[in-house]
Amino acid sequence: MSRTTRLGLFLTAATILAAALITAATELPGFGGSRHPYGERAVAAGLARRTANIVTSVNFDQRAFDTLGEESILFGSVLGAGMLLRLARDERKRRAAAEPVLPTTRLFGATLLPVTLLVGGYLVAHGQLSPGGGFQGGVAVATALHLAYVAADYLVLKRVRPLAVLDVADAIAAGSYAALGLIGLAQGAGYLANTLPLGTFNQLSSSGLVAVINAAVGVEVASGVVVLLAHFLDQAVEIVPRGERQ
Amino acid sequence: MSTPDPLGTADLLPLAVAIPLLGAAVLAVAGRRLPRPGRDALAAVWAAADVACLALLWARTAPDGRAVSWLGGWTPRGGHSVGIVLVADRLGTGLALLVAVLVLAVVCYAWRYFDEPSGEHGGVFPALLLLFEAGMCGFALTGDLFDAFVFFELMGAVAYALTGYRIEDPRPLHGALAFGLVNSAAAYLSLLGIGLLYARTGELGLAQIGAALDQRAAAGHGRDALVVVAFVLVLAGPLVKAASAPFHFWLPDAHAVAPSPVCMLLSGVMVELGVYGVARIHRVVFAGAGGLPDAVVRDTLLAAGVLTALVGAVMCWQQRHLKRMLAFSTVGHVGLFLIGAALLEPAGLTGAAVYVAGHAGAKAALFGLTGVLLDRYGSVDEHGLHGRARELRLIGLLFVLGALALAGLPPFGTGLGKAVTEEAAGHWGGWLPVVFVLVSALTGGAVLRAGLRVFGGLGAPPSEHPEVAATTGEGEEPEIREPGRRPPAPMLLVPALLLVGCLAVGVVPGVGRALAAAATAFTDRAGYLTETLGGPGGPAPAAPEAWWTASGIGLGLLSTLLAVGFATAAIRRDPRRGTGGLYRATVLPLRRLHSGLLGDYVAWLAVGLAALLIALTAQL
Amino acid sequence: MSYFPYLAAGWILLAGLYGLVTSRNLVQAVGCLAVAQSSTYVLLLAIGYRGNGATAPVFSDLPTDAPVVDPVVQALVLTDIVVGATVTALLLSLVIQLRKRHGTVDPEDLTGLRG
Repeated sequence: MSRTTRLGLFLTAATILAAALITAATELPGFGGSRHPYGERAVAAGLARRTANIVTSVNFDQRAFDTLGEESILFGSVLGAGMLLRLARDERKRRAAAEPVLPTTRLFGATLLPVTLLVGGYLVAHGQLSPGGGFQGGVAVATALHLAYVAADYLVLKRVRPLAVLDVADAIAAGSYAALGLIGLAQGAGYLANTLPLGTFNQLSSSGLVAVINAAVGVEVASGVVVLLAHFLDQAVEIVPRGERQ
Repeated sequence: MSTPDPLGTADLLPLAVAIPLLGAAVLAVAGRRLPRPGRDALAAVWAAADVACLALLWARTAPDGRAVSWLGGWTPRGGHSVGIVLVADRLGTGLALLVAVLVLAVVCYAWRYFDEPSGEHGGVFPALLLLFEAGMCGFALTGDLFDAFVFFELMGAVAYALTGYRIEDPRPLHGALAFGLVNSAAAYLSLLGIGLLYARTGELGLAQIGAALDQRAAAGHGRDALVVVAFVLVLAGPLVKAASAPFHFWLPDAHAVAPSPVCMLLSGVMVELGVYGVARIHRVVFAGAGGLPDAVVRDTLLAAGVLTALVGAVMCWQQRHLKRMLAFSTVGHVGLFLIGAALLEPAGLTGAAVYVAGHAGAKAALFGLTGVLLDRYGSVDEHGLHGRARELRLIGLLFVLGALALAGLPPFGTGLGKAVTEEAAGHWGGWLPVVFVLVSALTGGAVLRAGLRVFGGLGAPPSEHPEVAATTGEGEEPEIREPGRRPPAPMLLVPALLLVGCLAVGVVPGVGRALAAAATAFTDRAGYLTETLGGPGGPAPAAPEAWWTASGIGLGLLSTLLAVGFATAAIRRDPRRGTGGLYRATVLPLRRLHSGLLGDYVAWLAVGLAALLIALTAQL
Repeated sequence: MSYFPYLAAGWILLAGLYGLVTSRNLVQAVGCLAVAQSSTYVLLLAIGYRGNGATAPVFSDLPTDAPVVDPVVQALVLTDIVVGATVTALLLSLVIQLRKRHGTVDPEDLTGLRG
């Protein structure tokens, strides 16, 4: 197909799709309407399980199986990207060089790294109470470590990032989500059932299993994202074709 | 209902997903330390555990009943739940069992196959296989639309990575990228459709959405465009996965380049899961009063199935790259499965189920045998390998048997599946059996032709067709690092066993009978809704016959004879003769459409959706 | 009451697909896929929106009977975002290797598989 033919074909199809989407949109309930039956049930169920953040309750309790699939996608992608970005037969690793950095930049990184780490940890720990949770906090923690790369260089990042440990932590955290589901199964309440003590509403210890799964996801996301980025950074910084001199 | 005692039947449903997920984590950790045999044994044990779990689930599910598991113990109160439900009827369980059996076969096949990276990446390949298994089992067992999307993406993401495994060659990377972009785009279209349905009904469960749509219809609201648009969007994902034309372009690109063990899974069962998704979602969500009339859906899906079958068969015949040939044969056969499912009645679905089971054995065996060629000669080119594999007698024999199974030779399971499906299809259109015979003959004939040339050295080496740029299959990277070695025993044993399995589907009367009952229960929509949302199911309709008939055997022999005829004619053909006008007018343009260009594929995705929208709207 | 926000989702979808069809750079194509995907975020969040002062479904500083927007779609979007990000990472790693092996990121130059 020539490029013009392809574009013509697509635009014709897109016009039909657009017409269909517009018609469908006019038949949807109006924007901002008050009928949300599932949403209301979810709020009631979340409050009954003493989880203040209902989104977290939906993610880690009511629809925890979705989230199990989702974190498995993350786990699979980390494994898959690591496999795809492995050292090819005709490549070798070189040592990353130290890079000149302004002292102010270095200071900025050194100050912000622990603060970001703390924020990330807070976001994970309070996932059942306030906006945030394992996914959001995990990404923040991973970002914190990469401040070492942004504000210093790859060598410093490698020092603050125990890659082999994180790689294993990622797998263990991913597996522990699936394993935590077995608690409910063993107690006869169903897979992923929230059978742990629920604690006091609006306290750090509230929400039972949700807090535990949330923590596991936090570990998985933080370590998974670091490992994932490590594969990409290796490609950019360390891996060169065999025989190339640098 | 979740049962109070531990390890009740309902508990087996989430376990079927959790077992491979746990196994993947264990392999990813232990694989760094364990030596190669330890990793392979661990993977095999884990795959076998899931087979056992699903076999137990199959045994414990009544032929006309369903096992229902509300995850997290969120059993409905007052007919409503906030949780996710897994629903296993025998068809869903059977498909998940097929997945598990094939994964076990692949793990055993790959025992000494890959030159797998060790150390940091040790265990990654089997871990990804187990994640792939979890995704497919989850998709087969879920009763929730959004959950289906998540597991669809899980099997997708892992499959993209597995397809691009051979990073030293640009073609696998290209194929994996086409696979990933097209399938993910389609998944997001499905999610848009799920959003539309959620807005309309406020539900995410298949049964709940179906019931809500029906209630709305009962309240006097007419069918509107929203339902049609949601239908097309939601089915976009499964239809692309099922490689229904014109959504099929990614499939040959991906299946031709993925490592052979992965191809066994992709062609053997993943594509078929797309057809299953189409059938399941249509049946539970859209087959009631609030959905679309059966006649409209039947005609539309039948047309898509026939188109897919013919495109796949014609393109299959044109290939010289063996894996690409097998991939197009999958397209052709999936078209036939789609026809079976599109009849929307137990007989057609029974045929499709038997056909899928038989096809999985034959196709996985053929991919496995092709892997031996790749291993030994570093090529999968029909022309380049001409006569070179004469030494591999047993492999050649199995390959030819596989080709005949594809052609529908009785008593292979593929033959039985073809016979049952084509008889059911014949009731709806007298010309449909012609499609079945033609597609079986062309796909089986192409593989037979290749087998006779490669393993038998028959005929003169073919000359090149300069007018179309084709994927040749030469210069492939061998998937192991010591080509020329004797093929390891598992690489011979596993394909042989898979062929025996294909034969068993057609010979053991219990298989067809069980699948007929399973397909009948599958079409029992009222039973699905009541058992999922509470209440006992009613008596299931009577199951159709799923056994050999005189006409079925006759047509099976006919398609096999035709396949042999096609193959012989192709081998005897004077290699210097040019191509005919008919070829240049019809086949050549079709081949040119398979351009390998990502932009083209996405354009076809949009065109297919638009065509579906028009076809459905015009009939309403 | 209006349906304009839903239309925004449709527009974003078509823009993403247009990009996928016409893109001459694989990195951009992967980005276009992410654009197409973001239409699902917009649609889901628009569906879950609720007028009349409804706020975020987090009750740590709200009375438990306060009106809130639909938490389910927010959870779905969170899942969707993670799925999208990880799939993007996978596709980009394919692009990186393809660039090394093929020396190009122009999808029009990828002609190794055809016919």
